[in-house]
Amino acid sequence: MDISKKEYEQTAKKHAGSSKMYITVPKAFLIGGLICCIGEGLLNMYQYFGIEFDEASAYTSITLVFLSALLTGLGLYERIAKHGGAGTLVPITGFANAVVSPALEFKTEGYVLGTGAKMFIIAGPVIVYGITAAFIYGIIYYIYGLCA
Amino acid sequence: MDVFMEYFWAFVIGGAICAVGQVLIDLTKLTPARILVSFVVAGTILGALGWYQPIIDFAGAGATVPLTGFGSLLAKGMREAIDKDGLLGIFTGGFTACSAGVTAAMIFGLIVALIFKRTDRTRQE
Repeated sequence: MDISKKEYEQTAKKHAGSSKMYITVPKAFLIGGLICCIGEGLLNMYQYFGIEFDEASAYTSITLVFLSALLTGLGLYERIAKHGGAGTLVPITGFANAVVSPALEFKTEGYVLGTGAKMFIIAGPVIVYGITAAFIYGIIYYIYGLCA
Repeated sequence: MDVFMEYFWAFVIGGAICAVGQVLIDLTKLTPARILVSFVVAGTILGALGWYQPIIDFAGAGATVPLTGFGSLLAKGMREAIDKDGLLGIFTGGFTACSAGVTAAMIFGLIVALIFKRTDRTRQE
């Protein structure tokens, strides 16, 4: 076969990419779905205790964040994340992991500029752009309220 | 049977939202930080348009646990704050809505950093 190195790389990359997606996407679906099922279980449990949906939903988030923090501390979340990909990133447990993991990792740089600053290395942008999007919506909603 | 379907849809919808994230990672090489930012902003927009609440009604935790749910919560909190406090709500709504999740992550993160040591088990194997 007479193919150039560049062609070979492109072909190899294409195949590596596609065969990988057959595995990564179902894995993300499965693990992400399971985390949501744990959430559904917690949500039902809190509602069973007589807590309203919105509050029960907040307690569910807090519980999942706690579990994720614990697993991250034990070094287990990263192991699941190796298989889960976006399935462990997109749920709120992934957000918690993105806070806890650098908080622990950068402890060596001190509690102020290490743990304190680096815990927002990913959560920071999420908060900045999330709040900004909500802020823009707020302005539109407020003006619409004045006109209506 | 109803209970089974409830968990089934939480699994399917939650899994599907994560699968979308995985497709984006594989095809576009978006970094995890960009994925998280995109999902929260997308959730905020969907929440603002009122399109996310039906998904929550249908899939429960399948819709609230992914970060798009976090985004829709920002939009909802903003709406409620403006209804209650008017103009000031534009400045308080966002943080009020996300305060529980963010505070939990911060506090538990700090506690974990105090207690645990970086084990690096993954690298040893």
